[in-house]
Amino acid sequence: MTLTVLLFASYADALGRRELDVQVGPGATVGDLVARIRAGGHDRLPPRPLVAVNQEYAAYDRVLATGDEVALIPPVAGG
Amino acid sequence: MTPVQAMAGRAAEAGPQAPPIPPARPASVASVASVPTVAIVEGPIDVDALVRAVGDPGAGATVLFLGTVRETNEGRAVSGIDYQAYAAMAEREMRVIADEAASRFRTRALAVHHRVGHLAVGVPSVAIAAAHERRAPAFDAARYVIEQLKRRVPIWKREHYVDGTREWVDPTGGAVDRTPGELA
Repeated sequence: MTLTVLLFASYADALGRRELDVQVGPGATVGDLVARIRAGGHDRLPPRPLVAVNQEYAAYDRVLATGDEVALIPPVAGG
Repeated sequence: MTPVQAMAGRAAEAGPQAPPIPPARPASVASVASVPTVAIVEGPIDVDALVRAVGDPGAGATVLFLGTVRETNEGRAVSGIDYQAYAAMAEREMRVIADEAASRFRTRALAVHHRVGHLAVGVPSVAIAAAHERRAPAFDAARYVIEQLKRRVPIWKREHYVDGTREWVDPTGGAVDRTPGELA
């Protein structure tokens, strides 16, 4: 399945884009997705960035499903 | 014809079952827009509207916290800050935090707005209003919301320095998710 990954702030700058389409197999986890992105030439990302799935912070063993809204979350700095 | 007259006209045509037409509200009230209690906003934060949003006759204290752009950070002269948010998740997370504060401190009402875009020094970037019967929990609730917001809500800031450089602020100092030399 193909998932669209949202990028923000320093991560968007590092990858030069705001979105990334990533192909992962069935049963893929958040950890698999991050490994796939980094292996795809985006090793400027940190090894274990925070990830949100469907607008909630997600653990790396969370299994992804078609249609999930995935985002990589740089260290937050609101306020 | 004004909109009110147009409505009155339609109601009159609907026949005897039509409900009575409420009297028009005074202009001073009608012109006051209500605001959502939680929002990411692109324009100036309407502080008065935020305070009105938590207005409650049972409250004896309303605390208003404003976060503003400071002219220095860690010894560097700042000319302004770009704020960016993952708006949908940020609003969701701010709502979760407001609900937590409401149940922890039993506030009567809470509202929080965070602005995005480029803000100059002195401009409010975040506003929190908390209403309670008593002042101590009102202060505590506002404090809780700002501290949790800074930790959890997906909002980022890029400081512009007077020397012409700019940088995304990383409160973790790179400790959380970065190995040395990974991100430029």
